[in-house]
Amino acid sequence: MTRAFAWAGFLIGSMIFILPLLGMTEFSLSMRRGEYSFDAYASVLADPQFRATFTYSVVMALFTIVFGVLLVVPTAYWVRLRMPGLRPVVEFITLMPLVIPAIVIVFGYIRLYNTSSWLPLTGSDLGTKVLLMCGYTCLALPYMYRAVDTGLRAIDIGTLTEAAQSLGAGWTTIFGRVILPNVFVSVLSGAFLTFAIVIGEFTLAALLNQPAFGPYLQLVGANKAYEPSALAVISFGITWLCMGLIQIVARLAPKPPAQLH
Amino acid sequence: MAEPFLNIEHVRKSFGSTTVVQDFNLAVEPGEFVSFLGPSGCGKTTVLRMVAGFEEPSAGKIVIGGKDVTHLKPNQRNIGMVFQAYALFPNMTVGQNIGFGLRVAGRSRAEMDKRVKEMLALIRLPDLADRYPYQLSGGQQQRVALARALAPAPKLLLLDEPLSALDAKVRVSLRDEIRQIQKDLGITTVFVTHDQEEALSISDRIVVMYGGKAEQVGAPFEIYNRPATRFVASFVGTLNMLNGKVVDPKAGTVEIDGQKITLGRDLGKPVGAAVTLALRPEAAAIGGPGDLSLKGTVADVSFLGSVIRVRAAVGASRISFDRFNSPTTPPPVVGEPCDIKFSAGDVLVLGD
Ligand SMILES: Nc1ncnc2c1ncn2[C@@H]1O[C@H](COP(=O)(O)OP(=O)(O)OP(=O)(O)O)[C@@H](O)[C@H]1O
Ligand SMILES: [Mg+2]
Repeated sequence: MTRAFAWAGFLIGSMIFILPLLGMTEFSLSMRRGEYSFDAYASVLADPQFRATFTYSVVMALFTIVFGVLLVVPTAYWVRLRMPGLRPVVEFITLMPLVIPAIVIVFGYIRLYNTSSWLPLTGSDLGTKVLLMCGYTCLALPYMYRAVDTGLRAIDIGTLTEAAQSLGAGWTTIFGRVILPNVFVSVLSGAFLTFAIVIGEFTLAALLNQPAFGPYLQLVGANKAYEPSALAVISFGITWLCMGLIQIVARLAPKPPAQLH
Repeated sequence: MAEPFLNIEHVRKSFGSTTVVQDFNLAVEPGEFVSFLGPSGCGKTTVLRMVAGFEEPSAGKIVIGGKDVTHLKPNQRNIGMVFQAYALFPNMTVGQNIGFGLRVAGRSRAEMDKRVKEMLALIRLPDLADRYPYQLSGGQQQRVALARALAPAPKLLLLDEPLSALDAKVRVSLRDEIRQIQKDLGITTVFVTHDQEEALSISDRIVVMYGGKAEQVGAPFEIYNRPATRFVASFVGTLNMLNGKVVDPKAGTVEIDGQKITLGRDLGKPVGAAVTLALRPEAAAIGGPGDLSLKGTVADVSFLGSVIRVRAAVGASRISFDRFNSPTTPPPVVGEPCDIKFSAGDVLVLGD
């Protein structure tokens, strides 16, 4: 019985997930009539627009990761160390981006930071980029925070902090030498997730009118036949690569210390 | 007497409305090894954490080496600290762990390497510098933690139940090792434990704590043989309690289960008052020497190897006493009547 259910689940899963993926991949390979070829991929990779937007998004992703790490790790650390009562609140706040649509966030941004506001970020190119990065950080926040918080839970940060303090360390040393290296694996997995999110993101970039990969995907999708499928397969590949890297990093990381419970 | 190195004066600590340490006073001499002994929750860790600077006293003063450190941050106190959970930095090797304090202090690479080597020799783990903490046993981890605490040459060493997580054998050997290292370095040390044997065996002085207060401060011999309060008497060592009634307070005659014994000292209580006498297991013996005697029945005999522990019933009271095993004398038989002898000088009259 349970076995039958399991198979049914698997079947339904493949019908809505794997089959479309296979179909799309098949389609992306069928640009040349009558045989499979990588023509669609070649056409995509040769497009200078592709390279420009992809590079733009990769750079944005890196900035987002750095900003996110500097924002999230100290916050999660401090909340765990000094304000454990506040944890549910912070957790709730970090979940907000999951329930607030990106379009709402970006309209909020535009209203708050438009050219006639007190902080006219959208007035300059750099300002808009900063705004976009903040938006991305916001979207990645639930994943980043959870990853880091889980990492912090695995080590006894209270005692490690006190041990470092008694050895004369100040806050920067404790953070840089003790806390960050010990949650590095979690930070990396958060970083890969952030990367995957930023690469595929459409709404924020489009409404802030930035030359990112997401809007480019949409543009190609509206105007060409085979290339969009090839692009979709490529972005899937990137996402999966990120997931794979998370696994590898988690496995390569030094084993956890012999912990007391 | 030398100037005390660590002085804890009238320290109180409250968390919200609950006071967990009250009017705590202690003066520790330079080079002295002092243990805090007490049941769980009595405030040992809290006092230690105030000395280390992790908690701020609600009232009172802490002076280390003549300097008032009450409001100084923990990283400015130059104190070595060892934790029950080892707390080695998992991302660093043993060598890096030990060198951490020196690195923070900005010492040169050469000086650091030299000191790490010295410390590894001190804890007798000279070859483990490149291992990571997870590759060490608990006992090794705790020795590394000790080396790490000692590497920056602190003036004061604090240990919070450093042996509790280790198994019995390692616990005994490491405790002797800690004491030896402490003596060699002459470092003033405060050691927290709830294990009385541990405290009795390695301390110069013991502070017995109960309910956030120091019940008694004294050398192990003194604590064990002359407990100042009922709590100290019952907490430190095994103690036989005998409930009796005062018959003659001046001569110190007490009636226990219809039998009279005379202690020969003033009890300071009225005739007919209830009194609790206490007797260590090693102070009594069947038919042994001693001027006092109580008649009872053997209730229970446990053979512990080198020692035989006998429990005898005297009315409603039970008296345990130990006898060395001897191949030629068989242990007493349960149900036999026995004559328990002891000296008046070994009987403690417990206060309230
Ligand atoms: N941060 C805190 N907030 C509130 N209460 C606390 C705090 N720290 C300790 N206490 C309370 O203070 C009391 C003493 O705690 P402490 O840790 O000093 O005990 P201890 O003697 O070290 O016990 P143990 O042998 O179990 O370690 C306990 O009742 C504890 O619940
Ligand atoms: Mg404790």
